[in-house]
Amino acid sequence: MSKRIEVKDLNVYYGKFKAVEDATMVIEPRAVTAFIGPSGCGKSTFLRTLNRMHEVIPGAYVEGKVLLDGADLYGADVDPVLVRRQVGMVFQRPNPFPTMSIGDNVIAGMRLNNKRLGKAEADAIIESSLRGANLWEEVKNRLDKPGSSLSGGQQQRLCIARAIAMQPDVLLMDEPCSALDPISTLAIEDLIQQLKESYTIVIVTHNMQQAARVSDTTAFFNIAGTGSPGRLIEVGPTEKIFSTPDDQATEDYITGRFG
Amino acid sequence: MSIQTSPAVNHLTANQLPRWTPWAVLGGCLLVAAALSGPMFGGFNLAGVAFVGVLAFLVVMHVLATVVEGRRKATDRLLTHLVAGAFCLALIPLVSLLFETLAKGLPRFDVRFFTYSMRNVVSDGGGAIHALYGTLYVAGFASVVSIPIGLMTAIYLAEYGRGPLAKAITFFVDVMTGIPSIVAGLFAYALMSVLFGPGTIMGFSGSIALSVLMIPVIVRSVEELLRLVPNELREAAYALGVPKWRTIVQVVLPTAISGIVSGIILSIARIIGETAPLMIAAGFTASLNNNPFANPMMTLPVFVYDQYAYPGVEREFFDQRAWTGALTLILLVMLLNLIGRLIASRFAPKTGR
Repeated sequence: MSKRIEVKDLNVYYGKFKAVEDATMVIEPRAVTAFIGPSGCGKSTFLRTLNRMHEVIPGAYVEGKVLLDGADLYGADVDPVLVRRQVGMVFQRPNPFPTMSIGDNVIAGMRLNNKRLGKAEADAIIESSLRGANLWEEVKNRLDKPGSSLSGGQQQRLCIARAIAMQPDVLLMDEPCSALDPISTLAIEDLIQQLKESYTIVIVTHNMQQAARVSDTTAFFNIAGTGSPGRLIEVGPTEKIFSTPDDQATEDYITGRFG
Repeated sequence: MSIQTSPAVNHLTANQLPRWTPWAVLGGCLLVAAALSGPMFGGFNLAGVAFVGVLAFLVVMHVLATVVEGRRKATDRLLTHLVAGAFCLALIPLVSLLFETLAKGLPRFDVRFFTYSMRNVVSDGGGAIHALYGTLYVAGFASVVSIPIGLMTAIYLAEYGRGPLAKAITFFVDVMTGIPSIVAGLFAYALMSVLFGPGTIMGFSGSIALSVLMIPVIVRSVEELLRLVPNELREAAYALGVPKWRTIVQVVLPTAISGIVSGIILSIARIIGETAPLMIAAGFTASLNNNPFANPMMTLPVFVYDQYAYPGVEREFFDQRAWTGALTLILLVMLLNLIGRLIASRFAPKTGR
């Protein structure tokens, strides 16, 4: 179930504004890839191009190729909806559906796609997904309560459960811990370690310690100045990026000399 | 040595007027104004006494507070009293209207009123069953026409609309909100005349006129509500591979449903009391008409106007029926508002905390 992503010469535009320029990288399956870099450098935009979520913003388009196990996400008759069913996403702020219970939130992906689910089948998916997201023990007795009754960290894990219930090939995480306290962050990081056994995980983070802790590969993005496009400066094994990076800018950023 | 609290030197206290002061001053001022009513107005004049009394109260209270409590508190009191006064002023017409309608409408608020029409009634007796049915038919068909159009327009504007077309629609919806209701009536009448021959008057024509008034109200309120739904929920649904239309139907609409329902009900309450367009488009009749697609249909507002404006031999009975018709209309609107609130609280997303 986990797939390899290849990105070739990707340019991302918002209307006339070029947000990301010339990104080329390979994202390995069954591994965690972290994107780091200063704010506005295009890492979130780049992440969103991996499941075509940037298209939510009017006027956004890309040039170049993104291959998911060889299949081009931006081919002529590719349906973005099918792409998103294979590439799940967790957002910066937890966003459970307020009209649904905890259990319904988990199977929201199936329900909203009109898949018929028997009661037993639904229960099984709810349990396995919540176990997968490390939340089962905390909520098993109140699955019918609204999702918004959980704490922020629990809500975020509920959103992860909702994403993995769809059994995607890739899981994208856009700063999943930035709204959480250290304990919840730890819970999510543990979870990421477990999830990488079966998924391709891409995570955007502003927290360099977090990137160093959870990722196998790190990509550093930077921006020359306001209005100029973000660039992928360097990508490599996390130990190398954090110890002996090739680029001076990467070293400056990681050692805290700027950004 | 123990710590002593000395009551004499707490620097945080200041001179204060007792809590009952404003009431006492208000009462005193009103009494004085009442006593001086003769010389001032040449006899007792309630409005005059209230006006002079309240004015005196504001001045006396301000001076008193300035002397005892200081300028800051005096200003605070003055503004509080002005705000409270404005509130009471706004309440006067509302309360007197309700009181008047109740007092004059209750005598005929009986079974006969809700079982008889005005067919062959020339003085006493009779009722408004034809008008009540008519109002329900007309408002019902107006809702059937406007709710789908209004909802879908709002969804288009909030979820899909971009560029000049959406701007144009928004502009025309805004213009439509300002259309005088009589123009809506003339429009419906003219439309029916073109479609079914000159002089066509029927209940459904009234519904068309009310729809013209109702659609912009629904579009505006629903559009605002849809824009309040956080974008994150839409993104969450898209990220699960949910198509856009399903996201709208199953995530966006349910999140906003309570507001949408109460908005729609308020829009019905807003148009149910319209008189002018119905006089033109739906016409007058004294009999019950159960077919909205042929012949004139009476409605409650028009019934009230008709009873008041064209009384028969004994005027008092016609006036009574007019008041009872008005009371029924008020109760109907109140009922709709109650239902709206009930539904709003029933469907509101639960926080569970």
